[in-house]
Amino acid sequence: MTTVGFVMLCHTALERAAQVARHWSERDCPVVIHVDKRVEKWNYDRLRADLSDLSNVRFSARHACEWGTWGLVAATQDAAEMMLAEFPAVRHVYLASGSCLPLRPVADLVAYLDQRPRTDFIESVTTEDVGWTVGGLDFERFTLRFPFSWRKQRMLFDIYVGLQRQVGFRRRVPDGLVPHLGSQWWCLTRQTLSAILEGPDRAANDRYFRRVWIPDESYFQTLVRQVSSNVESRSLTLSKFDFQGKPHIFYDDHLQLLRRSDCFVARKIWPYATKLYSTFLNDDAEAQAGGEPNPGKIDRLFAKAVERRTKGRAGLYMQSRFPNADWENGKTAAPYSVFQGFADVFENFDTWLGKVTGTRVHGHLFAPDRVHFAGAETIYNGALSDSAKLRDYNPRSFLTNLIWSTRGERQSFQFGPADNQALMWFMALDPHAQISVISGAWALPLFRSNRNFSDIRKEAARLQKLESDFLNVLKLGSTKARVRTWTLAEFVENPMEPLQTIVDEISPRSLRRLTEAPKMVDLSGFGQFLQNLRNQGMQPVLMGDFPAGDDPRPAAARSRRPYLVK
Amino acid sequence: MVFSTIRNERIRLPFFLRYYRDLGVNHFVFVDNDSTDGSREYLAAQPDVSMWHSKASYKRSRFGMDWINFLLAKHGHGHWTLCVDPDEFFVYPFCDTRPLRALTDWLDASSIKSFSAMLLDMYPKGPIDARPYVEGQDPLEITQYFDSGNYTVSRNRRFGNLWIQGGPRARLFFGDLPERAPALNKVPLVRWSRDFAYVSSTHMLLPRGLNLVYDEWGGEKASGCLLHAKFLDTFAAKADEEMSRNQHYAASHEYKAYKAGLSRHPELWCRWSEKYINWRQLEILGLMSKGNWA
Repeated sequence: MTTVGFVMLCHTALERAAQVARHWSERDCPVVIHVDKRVEKWNYDRLRADLSDLSNVRFSARHACEWGTWGLVAATQDAAEMMLAEFPAVRHVYLASGSCLPLRPVADLVAYLDQRPRTDFIESVTTEDVGWTVGGLDFERFTLRFPFSWRKQRMLFDIYVGLQRQVGFRRRVPDGLVPHLGSQWWCLTRQTLSAILEGPDRAANDRYFRRVWIPDESYFQTLVRQVSSNVESRSLTLSKFDFQGKPHIFYDDHLQLLRRSDCFVARKIWPYATKLYSTFLNDDAEAQAGGEPNPGKIDRLFAKAVERRTKGRAGLYMQSRFPNADWENGKTAAPYSVFQGFADVFENFDTWLGKVTGTRVHGHLFAPDRVHFAGAETIYNGALSDSAKLRDYNPRSFLTNLIWSTRGERQSFQFGPADNQALMWFMALDPHAQISVISGAWALPLFRSNRNFSDIRKEAARLQKLESDFLNVLKLGSTKARVRTWTLAEFVENPMEPLQTIVDEISPRSLRRLTEAPKMVDLSGFGQFLQNLRNQGMQPVLMGDFPAGDDPRPAAARSRRPYLVK
Repeated sequence: MVFSTIRNERIRLPFFLRYYRDLGVNHFVFVDNDSTDGSREYLAAQPDVSMWHSKASYKRSRFGMDWINFLLAKHGHGHWTLCVDPDEFFVYPFCDTRPLRALTDWLDASSIKSFSAMLLDMYPKGPIDARPYVEGQDPLEITQYFDSGNYTVSRNRRFGNLWIQGGPRARLFFGDLPERAPALNKVPLVRWSRDFAYVSSTHMLLPRGLNLVYDEWGGEKASGCLLHAKFLDTFAAKADEEMSRNQHYAASHEYKAYKAGLSRHPELWCRWSEKYINWRQLEILGLMSKGNWA
């Protein structure tokens, strides 16, 4: 009877390796175990003693297997040779590690391989096609020299690689070899494996690969292309690597995922994952012959983990994510709208906007006295306080917290030159910000106020200065926010069109024509007010042209609400 | 190994030990700052506890950190060490299904030496003394609520750590003096080496590289939380005691603020308080992260 033999490369958690070896061995699969030479003798002896009752388990000559070096390949060669020589019934040799765990019954695997007696399962892709290499070295691992350890002598390693690049050093790849890379966990047929191990070029190939970096990911992967006519370029072992090139580890809570993956073998298993070992080393699992491995769900899980680690959640600032400027992948979590001047031009603008767009509309969040949350709340989503001092202690955290905590509900708020201006740049550079400004509208509250004119003049000068600073920032080419500005004069002349544009952008799906504008405040006498400012030596420029004495047009119809004419 | 400084925490100890034993902690190192309530005798009777005793001033020892740093260097070298107060409960990704050892093995494999866990103040609904705490009880049964999204984050250039403030204490007690609000950033889990030292409580470490527990290029590193069950009925008595001893940071201004604050607002709970469910909830809220651990 032909069967499959397992070569196991072990270096830690030998008790677990012994358990798995016993599982295979008792189900008539020969096992050849290689134990890293760096493992202490007592530990190795104990493993041998543990398995001494099994007639089809062998131990191969020990090599020191430092990651990325030739030792791993040498160990594999010796163990594979031993397997081929001592167990003539073996047709497929499966290379596994001490932290592998079979997920499906051995009979399943045997049946699967019986249906594919000539197929070699080994991931083998050309260097152009791999995207996962560590250290950015893909083709160069075949053409440079690597006398220094990447893990222990990283600095020397990097310097030496750099040096070789500079002087243009290149090793020659032996004739006829096309470098291929792939997962080191393969399953090869006797024919293929013996052709590699007994081939006439073996000595020359070994000499060459001895100095290639990480040869365990390229030796068999390259040579198999020379001798096999039937390569399935995938590994039967489920083994996922994270963005640093270290394998993901499976724990007890992955049990269901692993079970549904239909993969034959998985690595790496955490040695203390008791439930995984007791479940899968038990033959009760029903054989589902012929089922193809389907690791899609696990792939997605780990892909998401890598994405979380590299890109993170946009707009989140917390203890383990604090991006440098311009590396945020989104300064804030969601789009929001900033309205400057609208609440001065219209009565109850926030109520109107909330009704029309169905979004949350706040008052002046950055007002000097307190935070004016929607509905005059004193505390808001995420337990944000309305204290101006707490907000001004870190305005950026305040805004990003608010947008983060209200994900799923668009936020709008009023802004103005009288508010805290600390976030001027932050908002201008945020693509999520939709900023609409009616410039000069801040003069309206002053116009209606009952203050001494000299105070009004002083305040007007201050606000005008602040607003023009803000407008200057918004005009810069680097601004990423969606910005729209109108002068007050422009706006009151035709308020509906700008409002329609803004509303459409906030709720694009509604596509409703606005039929009713909010009620505009009384502007009669405003032109004269501006003239008075001018007469007192202050030049109001941001509101546009308001001729003195001639009140702006909508003011004539102030008792009625302006309707849009279709 | 868990390292902790205590003073008169007898009532909290049984649950504290049970919580960390369940996570798989196999040894506890305590510094007892002259307890008078039987804490010392209780700890001395535990098989997995080593205890040191000091009558010296808590303040003069930089709030216990000199003692802890000394013990860490002496006994923590080469071990994963977790420095927590008796009212702090460590949660980390997958803590309901994977023991602490799984986390530290993963950190080892990823060459990560320090792991952050922000302090998350937990509080009850209603006045904090409404439900008395019983010895052995899970304090999180009483203090079920927390603030989910009012934390300010900034960078401390000097030590490279993040400075996090906020939560109910900032919201209620430090509205006028936000810069004085307690720091919530903590790095309690460290693969210790005798070359390391905590600088100020467990907020920051030296060398500075250990404070880089956050990603600066948009990604998320793995992190946890320390659920801080400080606000129990025992709090008022503790605050009185600490104020009279005046042994706390910055002339115990924190305790003064609490006392004043609690007389005004006996309740920390608000309409937006979140009720604690599990670590996954904290992950979704963005208070902690799985990073690339899956």
